[in-house]
Amino acid sequence: MKSAVITFPGSNCDRDMHVALSKFGFKNKMVWHNDNELPKSDLVVLPGGFSYGDYLRCGSMASKSKIMQSVINFAKSGGLVMGICNGFQILVESGLVPGILLRNKYLEFICKNVFVKIDNKDNPYFKNLDKEVFELHVAHNEGNYFCTNDQLKEIEDNNQIAIYYCNDNGKTEEKFNPNGSLNNIAGIFNKEKNVLGMMPHPERMIDESLSGEDGSIFFKNLLNNIK
Amino acid sequence: MEVNEQIAIDHGLKKEEYKKICDLLKRIPNLTELGIFSAMWNEHCSYKSSRLHLKKLPTSGKKVIQGPGENAGVIDIEDGDAIVFKIESHNHPSFIEPYQGAATGVGGIMRDVFTMGARPIANLNSIHFGSSQHKKTKNLLRGVVHGIGGYGNCMGVPTIAGQTSFDSSYNGNILVNAMTLGLVKKNKIFYSKAAGLNKPVIYVGSKTGRDGIHGASMASASFDEKIEEKKPTVQVGDPFTEKLLLEACLELMAGDSIIAIQDMGAAGLTSSSIEMASKGNLGIELNLNKVPCRESKMTPYEIMLSESQERMLIVLENGKEDLAKKIFDKWDLDFAVIGKTTNTKNIELYYNEKQVASIPINTLVENSPMYDRKWKKTKLPKKNLIKKEEFKKFKIKEVLNKILSNPNVCSKEWIWQQYDHTVMGDTIQKPGGDSGVVRVHGTDKAVAATVDSSAIYCWAHPLTGGKQVVCESWRNLISVGATPIAITNCLNFGSPEKEENMGEFVECVQGIGEACEYLKFPVVSGNVSFYNQTKEIGIKPTPSIGGVGLIKDYKQMVTMNFKEIDNLVLIIGKTEGHIDQSLFARNILNEKNGPPPEINLFNEKNNGETVLQLIKNNLVRSAHDVSIGGIITAVSKMCIKGNKGIEFNKPKYFMSEIEYLFSEDQGRYVIEIESKNLKKVISILDKNSVHFDELGKITDKNMIINAKTKVTIDELKSYNTNWLTNYMN
Repeated sequence: MKSAVITFPGSNCDRDMHVALSKFGFKNKMVWHNDNELPKSDLVVLPGGFSYGDYLRCGSMASKSKIMQSVINFAKSGGLVMGICNGFQILVESGLVPGILLRNKYLEFICKNVFVKIDNKDNPYFKNLDKEVFELHVAHNEGNYFCTNDQLKEIEDNNQIAIYYCNDNGKTEEKFNPNGSLNNIAGIFNKEKNVLGMMPHPERMIDESLSGEDGSIFFKNLLNNIK
Repeated sequence: MEVNEQIAIDHGLKKEEYKKICDLLKRIPNLTELGIFSAMWNEHCSYKSSRLHLKKLPTSGKKVIQGPGENAGVIDIEDGDAIVFKIESHNHPSFIEPYQGAATGVGGIMRDVFTMGARPIANLNSIHFGSSQHKKTKNLLRGVVHGIGGYGNCMGVPTIAGQTSFDSSYNGNILVNAMTLGLVKKNKIFYSKAAGLNKPVIYVGSKTGRDGIHGASMASASFDEKIEEKKPTVQVGDPFTEKLLLEACLELMAGDSIIAIQDMGAAGLTSSSIEMASKGNLGIELNLNKVPCRESKMTPYEIMLSESQERMLIVLENGKEDLAKKIFDKWDLDFAVIGKTTNTKNIELYYNEKQVASIPINTLVENSPMYDRKWKKTKLPKKNLIKKEEFKKFKIKEVLNKILSNPNVCSKEWIWQQYDHTVMGDTIQKPGGDSGVVRVHGTDKAVAATVDSSAIYCWAHPLTGGKQVVCESWRNLISVGATPIAITNCLNFGSPEKEENMGEFVECVQGIGEACEYLKFPVVSGNVSFYNQTKEIGIKPTPSIGGVGLIKDYKQMVTMNFKEIDNLVLIIGKTEGHIDQSLFARNILNEKNGPPPEINLFNEKNNGETVLQLIKNNLVRSAHDVSIGGIITAVSKMCIKGNKGIEFNKPKYFMSEIEYLFSEDQGRYVIEIESKNLKKVISILDKNSVHFDELGKITDKNMIINAKTKVTIDELKSYNTNWLTNYMN
């Protein structure tokens, strides 16, 4: 299976994502933001980091970079596009998924393990996952998902909410929400569910020596679903 | 403007120093030249008060590839890999403007490391604030933490360990010391020594602005009530540009175009150009009209003294300019050929086709002032005679609550959760342990790093304190299973012009030197920060030691959390009951006098090496060194992290329980072993003549101190974890 990870100026989880994808069997290519064309891929990943320093609004400059037109076309044609952390912010800014990401409620960068609930499995990312509660890692300053009431109704009606923050038992209460995001939302899909934006970093959880291994389950499952 | 003595004094130079400049030049310098002298001769750049003493530190060893004198030190970690590391202070700017001060401190130290060709793989920091009651402390702490996080997080380098302390002596002078480790191939290390004539001198990175002019001079003076006016001397950081600079430099370094490279840190273009030329015994000629400037009409004086961040100076091989430019263009960075190397041995500056400065480089470097300052020896204070009955009035549980919630002991999670400590995907020990540990990417090796300081001990007796802090660093590396290799030091002191402060410096350095020598733990890089002083009040002497060690197989790394119920807990090293200068004495007895605990270097080395031997034989399940707060504080942390309890054995010594549990004798470790391995462990300890006691046994959820005293794990957690979060909210 072929994947492509885009490097924007200021991306800093691009290598980590490359390592993770390669570890689980993807043939991954790194793609420079200034390129015109995507290589032939089954999956395109917008990695975490601080593209363009996040100086204007997180993800907004990157969403206008040259390669993004190809990424948008790829997504519109049904290709799988996944944005992690800053990548999620870029997806939001480019309009590929609805809503926005505000600054964390407590106004501080937060780096820690969190539990997330994944019970929305009718999609190429989570199909066939045999558990619902995962321990993943977040590291962000702007992960506070927000959208209008109309948008919320629409994404709920379309079953677009992909991931919720929760506790180790899968309870999605406000106190388990690290950043104040609306309804504990940690990740969402586009309407067609081929585009996924999420704040947690599965690529940091791929080895028992690291913060945990639940990311491995995610990548293995994804690979099997694409095959 | 005609230069005179008063203008020189306004630049922070002394009368005699100005006279020396005129003598060396055989004329009166112009303003630009005077600015250059003041930048090169200030304490921060010239080490004029410290050089004499720093020479005495041990700086070489089998694993040392590069000792002090370069941008950072380099050590060998085998298989052709090397670690580049250094610690540096950014104290003065951080007090004036905490966010930018701390941020640019982190940026500066990372630049020092990647200048040498190494990709930064870990950041650490040692930060010290005034009393928690002081009105500025909270905002300074918040600003510094945001600044460190803001820069390091954006760069994508994990912050893996640190130290935070509070003491009223920092009320007017906080300390911010930042450390970075980088990974490089041994045969791809870059140095700052220029070589060859007529080689192009290249400027890359950000544009030069008016920020940070006289930053290094500001950092070489005491504070007074007009300190707020110094805000414009604080640099402004741009981590995004630095991230681009890092990637661009490493891309260029993959080839063979670079002869020498030097980052523009303190004293900017001045010190970087002079250092490269001086090391190569060459001259250098710069055309200042070519320097990319952020603002128009900047004068030669401003261009030379700006401390704008994220800039590098490179001496390139002839003909490689186009290739280099292409790389910097790709990363959207400025690139300009601004001069060349010459054989004049002078620094010559041109502006609008006129020569605006010409100074022999040796007058700026070799002939810079060096002082043998007067200093006063500190006598070892007399021991306090505390009657045994005194201890009886304390309830252990109450004391433990106070100690675990003390600002200097409590959990610092509120701080390190704001630092990205997992990016790069190799962090295998997070902050909060004895050392942070990162894997060497793609190998079985891991590097451990810790940063430590013990200002209380150094204040009570600098010689002992200096030794102690090196030993503490050594212990923290051993506790995670790493073989200690070398240290970097950041020496934070008051004014060297005061005999007491100079004495503290001299004797701390002596102590550091003795311990490093004995432990074969050389100093490979460092920095001195004097004048941490507001009017007459100086800080407690605070040498910060950054230690680095190697774990050959990362699966053998040890953490401090208790692992399994019924496992045995041993204390390695002898408990003598030294209470003076302990957290208990200072905070519970309110007794601030007396000597710090004694350092026995033989025991220190023997105990440490033996613990390491046990770890390498897979006999240790968890380990933690005993430091402030004594045995019970160490054990409490192991309980909290492992979510397990302990039942203590009755101590067999003739001392009160308080002395046994809270004394701060040195050279001790708490280790967890499986009971089936007890005999094996004892035989190794006996063979090496290491003193140990069986401290107790791991239980499920209570710390049972004696028949009458029991503390639950939840109680321990609430003592330890709440203070800082409550304080900051």
